[in-house]
Amino acid sequence: MGLLNAVVQGVLLGGLYALYAAGLSLMFGVMRIVNLAHGDLGVVAAYVALVLVTHTFLPVWAAVVVTVLLSAVAGYLLQRLLLQRSLSSGPLATLLVTFGLSVILQNVLQELFSADTRSLDTGTFATAAIHLGEISVSYLGLLGLGLALATIVGVQLYLSRTATGRMMRAASDDPEVATLVGADARHVYAVATSIALASVALAGMVFAMRSSFSPTIGSMSLIFAFEAVVIGGLGSLWGTLLGGLGLGLAQSIVGYYDPADSILAGHLLFLAVLALRPQGILAARGT
Amino acid sequence: MSTTRETAPRVSGGFRVRRDSRLSRYGMLGLVAVCIGLAGLPYVVYESVTSSLVTLFVLIAMASMWNLLAGFGGMASIGQQAYVGIGGYTVIWAADQGINPFLGIAVAALFSAVLAVPTSLLAFRLRGDYFAVGTWVIAEVYRLLVIKSDSLGGPSGRALTGLSDMGLTARNAATYWAALVVAVVCVAAGYLLLRGRVGLSLTAVRDDEIAARAAGVDVTTAKRIVYLVSAAGCGAAGGVVVVDALSIQPTAIFSVQWSAYMIFIVVIGGIGYLEGPLLGAVVFFALQQYLADYGTWYLILLGVVAAASAVWMPRGLWGQVVHRTGLRLFPVGYRLDRTDQQ
Amino acid sequence: MNSPQTCLEIRGLDVHHGQLRAVTDLSLTVAERQVVAVIGANGAGKSTLLRCVAGILPASRGEILLDGVDVTRLPTHRRVALGIASVPEGRRLFGSLTVEENLRTGAYRHRAGPWDLAAVTELFPWMADRRRQRSSQLSGGEQQAVAICRALMSNPRVLLLDELSLGLAPVVVTRMYEALPRILESGCAVLLVEQDVSKALAMTDQVHCLLEGRTVLSGAPADLDRKSVEAAYFGIDRREAG
Repeated sequence: MGLLNAVVQGVLLGGLYALYAAGLSLMFGVMRIVNLAHGDLGVVAAYVALVLVTHTFLPVWAAVVVTVLLSAVAGYLLQRLLLQRSLSSGPLATLLVTFGLSVILQNVLQELFSADTRSLDTGTFATAAIHLGEISVSYLGLLGLGLALATIVGVQLYLSRTATGRMMRAASDDPEVATLVGADARHVYAVATSIALASVALAGMVFAMRSSFSPTIGSMSLIFAFEAVVIGGLGSLWGTLLGGLGLGLAQSIVGYYDPADSILAGHLLFLAVLALRPQGILAARGT
Repeated sequence: MSTTRETAPRVSGGFRVRRDSRLSRYGMLGLVAVCIGLAGLPYVVYESVTSSLVTLFVLIAMASMWNLLAGFGGMASIGQQAYVGIGGYTVIWAADQGINPFLGIAVAALFSAVLAVPTSLLAFRLRGDYFAVGTWVIAEVYRLLVIKSDSLGGPSGRALTGLSDMGLTARNAATYWAALVVAVVCVAAGYLLLRGRVGLSLTAVRDDEIAARAAGVDVTTAKRIVYLVSAAGCGAAGGVVVVDALSIQPTAIFSVQWSAYMIFIVVIGGIGYLEGPLLGAVVFFALQQYLADYGTWYLILLGVVAAASAVWMPRGLWGQVVHRTGLRLFPVGYRLDRTDQQ
Repeated sequence: MNSPQTCLEIRGLDVHHGQLRAVTDLSLTVAERQVVAVIGANGAGKSTLLRCVAGILPASRGEILLDGVDVTRLPTHRRVALGIASVPEGRRLFGSLTVEENLRTGAYRHRAGPWDLAAVTELFPWMADRRRQRSSQLSGGEQQAVAICRALMSNPRVLLLDELSLGLAPVVVTRMYEALPRILESGCAVLLVEQDVSKALAMTDQVHCLLEGRTVLSGAPADLDRKSVEAAYFGIDRREAG
């Protein structure tokens, strides 16, 4: 029974990882950018929500909505003002810029909020759960999984049904021809980054509700999101969902036997996928 | 060094092809003089000066290795802290076996290079940005594995044994010299490597990888050699860090912060120039010392400067120097001089 | 067709490819419902010219006017919005998109006009059955047809066709050119680059022959004899003149 519970918890955890990974996957798919500040931007969102809840009269859900909207705007501006320029400054530039941004964000948060751990208090919701025998399914876990599914389905529909979404896929295939059919690549890219930041803001806030957070946990989130994307196979959001679930399951099941090895198990799954199925990874890189 | 080859320039119709210029030869002589001067420093200045210079030398060594990897090998890694950690722990382990920690630094370099072989087999399956994050994951794996070892101190780390019978002054001086040697060897190794066959292969790859492969350049081997050398250098630097601190703590020695330092130094100093890390390390070190009282603000400032450099000044500070003066201290390429102009 | 309105006018255009000047002092006009062909050997600067008109490469001198409006400094996507559409060399469809999605990307700028999904499907009826297929699964000729229709979907004033016949069987090329009259009916102008000289002479109203980036011969095909075209194409007349 304990093992079954570990599986259920792994699925819930995997949902959160998939939510983290969706934006990373989208940005890589459309612009070939690996945003190393991805996890840190989720942490920033968590702090923004925390400030909104403690210093305004907004209830938590409203703070979450406001933060997601702010993140979307921030994403648009980030792409237009910084990342777009770095795309034309050589192959290493985006990597260096986003890595620099990551270090900046972590240290600014540390200066502003100290290194102490915080949490986003959701009252009784935080502990509420559905109990099925020995298995407990927390509302927060379900929320993370549900948001991951909704985000991935939503982004998938956006990519296939709307003109801008279609243009994102087109630009991913051939950016120059995308401009030849009338797309302003800067705008299309900025919309993609905007979506990525909105989704990682959600992930960061759900994480902050589930467990305590501090300025530097963004690196770990980035690594997990990255592992989910690679395990699931590049270029597909459904793959990213599966990758997130796989990572969550590996961590949770191994953690059931020895909690100290849980994170290592996730890394080893990632390395195993790397060793056994590298062709998918290499293929997506070539343009 | 293969100076005989360079002293016989090939002359062809008013031009000659050569590697060094008069300026670069004077620069090289100057550097040798600086090294000799630095080696004598423990006899002249207070220990506080030499001990803070240890930090500078470590930064120069690490940054030179990252520059070799990313600037010349095209492999931007965020996982070089793996070798800093492995090197540090090798010194700890070697000391347990009765090996002098200063000798242990050499063992650390060797062992880091050995571990880099299987690591490269995995990491080389990734390209570009994915290589960067992949190497970071691998560094995390090494950290988590080390933590599992009780004899290495587990999660809380350990003290370094084997230096307790050494006098404080002698130990500080020895640490300083070790750091200086590691930094000089790292810079020189990069220089010699790039002047040779590997450098030629990498230049070809940088211009056009597909064409280089088609022309029979063994790209993977060249990259692997660079990766191993870079691992050895970072391992030695990690060894120095531990000898200097006399203790090790897994989270600190395997921290991604090391990669951040390397990257910021190289990007600000000038990626793809051997001189870049030297200049960048001095800037970094100066800022770190100057802003020491303001917490992590020096890191924030450096992050801003590095990100801005990456976008608006992709060749860094040394790139500006080369652009203005044409000065190269370490001529690894060839230059064309007019000989008919008197 | 008495005094048709000028659609595209190029005046004294220089285009550089890095250090190299690929097009020098080039001037030409294309009127409504007119087809102008640019011919020339490999490296004569034909594709460079089209890429500059589309906005991919900047002009270093001269100007490009669309219906009298100066577009020389506008970015590519703004030119598309004003009515310049391109069929790039080598088709370059979006490989992961279906045929229909490829066509729809052409309508991204929502320009009003006669061309929509139904109209372009009428031009190449086979597309109706295969609109859900990935474009990467099409044959070369089919891809070329989709690329033309994708450009038409933007209801262009000027259609730029780059090397229509590249890598296609002659019978397929003929079928492509058969669609030209229908395209011109909608009132747009066509500027095309062609290596197949006889095709260009047979199908177009005006021919410009480029040599090393300069116009060495131009005129209506009826006024040009085959010999002088060949001479211009290979640069023989220059040697005779000089």
